[in-house]
Amino acid sequence: MKTRRLWSFSGGLKLPGHKNPSTPMPIVQAALPKRLVLPLQQHIGEAAEPMVSIGDQVLKGQVIATAQGYLSAPVHASSSGQVVALENRPIPHPSGLSAPCIVIETDGKDAWGERHPVENYRQIDPSHLRNLIRQAGIVGLGGAGFPTFIKLNPGPQPKVKTLILNGAECEPYITCDEALMRERAEEIIQGAAIMAHALNAYHCLIGIEDDKPEACTVLAAAAAEGIEVVPIPTRYPAGGEKQLIKVLTGQEVPSNGLPIDIGVVCHNVGTAAAVYRAIHRGEPLLSRIMTVAGKAVAHPGNLEVLLGTPIRHLLAQQGANIQSIDRLIMGGPMMGFTLHDDGAPVIKTTNCLLAGLHEDTRQPPAMPCIRCGACVEACPVGLLPQQLYWHARAKELDKTQDYHLFDCIECGCCAYVCPSHIPLVQYYRYAKSEIWTQEQEREKADLARQRHEFRQQRLAREQQQKAARQRARKAPVTPSASKAEKQAAIQAAVERSQAKRAAQKTAEDEPFSSP
Amino acid sequence: MQFSLFSSPHLHQKNGVSQLMFQVILALLPGIAAYSWYFGYGVLINIALAVTTALASEALMLRARGQPLGLFLTDGSAVVTAVLLALCLPPLAPWWVPVIGAAFALIFAKHLYGGLGYNPFNPAMVGYVLLLISFPKEMTAWLPARELATHTVGLQESLELVFTGATAVQGMTIDALSGATPLDYAKTQLGLGQPMAEIRVQPLFGIVGGQGWEWINAGFLLGGLWLLYKRVISWHIPLAMLGSLLILALCFQWLNPAGYPSALFHLVSGGVLLGAFFIATDPVTAAATPRGRLFYGAGVGCLTYIIRTWGGYPDGVAFAVLLMNMTVPLIDYYTPPRVFGHNRH
Ligand code: SF4
Ligand code: SF4
Repeated sequence: MKTRRLWSFSGGLKLPGHKNPSTPMPIVQAALPKRLVLPLQQHIGEAAEPMVSIGDQVLKGQVIATAQGYLSAPVHASSSGQVVALENRPIPHPSGLSAPCIVIETDGKDAWGERHPVENYRQIDPSHLRNLIRQAGIVGLGGAGFPTFIKLNPGPQPKVKTLILNGAECEPYITCDEALMRERAEEIIQGAAIMAHALNAYHCLIGIEDDKPEACTVLAAAAAEGIEVVPIPTRYPAGGEKQLIKVLTGQEVPSNGLPIDIGVVCHNVGTAAAVYRAIHRGEPLLSRIMTVAGKAVAHPGNLEVLLGTPIRHLLAQQGANIQSIDRLIMGGPMMGFTLHDDGAPVIKTTNCLLAGLHEDTRQPPAMPCIRCGACVEACPVGLLPQQLYWHARAKELDKTQDYHLFDCIECGCCAYVCPSHIPLVQYYRYAKSEIWTQEQEREKADLARQRHEFRQQRLAREQQQKAARQRARKAPVTPSASKAEKQAAIQAAVERSQAKRAAQKTAEDEPFSSP
Repeated sequence: MQFSLFSSPHLHQKNGVSQLMFQVILALLPGIAAYSWYFGYGVLINIALAVTTALASEALMLRARGQPLGLFLTDGSAVVTAVLLALCLPPLAPWWVPVIGAAFALIFAKHLYGGLGYNPFNPAMVGYVLLLISFPKEMTAWLPARELATHTVGLQESLELVFTGATAVQGMTIDALSGATPLDYAKTQLGLGQPMAEIRVQPLFGIVGGQGWEWINAGFLLGGLWLLYKRVISWHIPLAMLGSLLILALCFQWLNPAGYPSALFHLVSGGVLLGAFFIATDPVTAAATPRGRLFYGAGVGCLTYIIRTWGGYPDGVAFAVLLMNMTVPLIDYYTPPRVFGHNRH
């Protein structure tokens, strides 16, 4: 572990960790459930398309739904058994809505289908390597669920200098990455090497918050040439992608840009381990490590869970007292969302399940903003949360954008510190969704107008053709000629107005949050 | 099993508005203790009258505006306003002085603007300035500090003086007891062309500032530092305000030592420390961005010096705060923090 120059980001919080109960726990294999519920969409992008029908027998690792389009990921059977349903089921999503899932009744044999491990990935072309990762259904395991192979594509001119692995895990309660780093350092390092090869990256940094010394040591001991383990100060949200990049490299990802714009690609440590398994063992993404914790859980710990395992099953296994759960949170207490139904399954992005928190979660009544500025100091993005709140509340959506609403990462620091207990983040979510709705409506209106214009044009053209035919039949007489002239004039006017509208439309379609 | 949906974050800091206000009141205690030690029971009577009036006015206005009484009456903001106002009043001022001041502060300066969080001007300072302008005689009659007093006024006597204007037993009136404050005296004498060195040897003055005022200000300083330590207030405003005042005072003192009081004298002889840590830092009426707070604090400091030195009143903190209150929207607008991933512009 070399000491390395670090940078810091403004704002952020020192949060109570609540990690002690689950930190020391070794990763335990969760029991195989009777039924696995596999949502078709466990990633950002298009939902996968089912490849099986009810009654089909499937083997572990078999593709049961294929990716639809570029931004998508396939879904695999996480154990062997029979497909018993293809229907809408509760899924882990902030909306609390149901979505299409494939339900597999497991046969307990856990029988594998075919696997094709790669002997030496260095001899494989990066694009082929990416394709293997794509077929393995790997998406970002940190929480966002962005298909991994896309982020491993450096583009036509390779410009990646640094691959960063995110082991910061800054949210309270969550310890799954820490457990993974401690126990499977070798897999992470090998995965990092594969990723670096695919990206043609110059070097790799693994950022770990310094409250995880054991993970740092173990990982540093396993680290290969060109891979550096860097302990960083413990401060929420150091695990935010942009914040981590700033801390490690001093560079800021441009507001509307991507890390690749500054030569950086960032992946979660769990994703690296999944890449290792996909390439070296030919195993698609079938399970993940997650933390189960919270006030209502008797035995908090880190579990390796098959994707599709119903949450109810995990709660029972860890001795949760269901009746005493005031809220069931997927993800951390700062950015996680609550679940409506404990029948929802574990998906690729599930890093933590919290059954109740140790602190009082009742939201005290909101008082008026006293302009104390605590939110301004806490915001890691440098926003004015209080101004955003005023404008969101007044539905001044333009103003919220002037105050950079879309730079807000919804980290919750502002709402955490607000002495008036104003649910600030809710206001930002509301404003964002209002703006998106308006955008959509405008697009719809544009489409409708275009259709109308096409119709008008077609009618005018038909009229003209009819007139022309009539003219051809009859001897040319003055009145009809004047009629055709009129038609031509109308046609010209229509065309002029169309050109004008088209010009207006391109002006309107400028990105709405241009700086 | 089904569960209710909530929006993140699911964690919140314990500190609410009432805890903040409570901490401010706690931090005022050393200053209050020193103040009443030097100036007697009048200080405490002022506080009691102002707090009672403030709570009554707040309750009245909340009822009139149809707001929940319990939530807002217990937020502590009215108490803080009342205590700050009371600390600016001369001890043993007639009872109606704190009453009118507190009622005006709460009703006009706070609730007519929309209550907690909506008032553009610091209510305590609005109340104080109203009193200062309307009742200049009552507002400038200060008791001498303990060491200088020919006669120490007991509790019984203090109450009689406050409520009737005279003591039955001794036939003493407030007028007979009171005199000018150190700031007042220094200003008048400097105006008459007396050099500062001669003014300073008067019994009204102690080691560095006004007799007694040094320790009262030390009390406020202590409380202020504790508030900083507890992160109830940020360092920007006190530092900028004290810094700018000190720099101005040092400059003028350097130019003409006889004609201007020393920087230290400025610091400990009036309301500057109370102003820097407790009044200018009032969150509702101060600038809210970190950079803005530096400008705001510096503005208050400069204006205080200007008003003290060349203005019509001996102490300028209240006017400086109110003047800067007016500039807050402008300051906040032009001092947003740099947004992550955006270039400085
Ligand atoms: S923290 Fe809350 S009360 Fe303070 S300025 Fe921000 S929104 Fe207002
Ligand atoms: S939720 Fe948004 S506004 Fe609030 S602190 Fe985080 S980034 Fe800033």
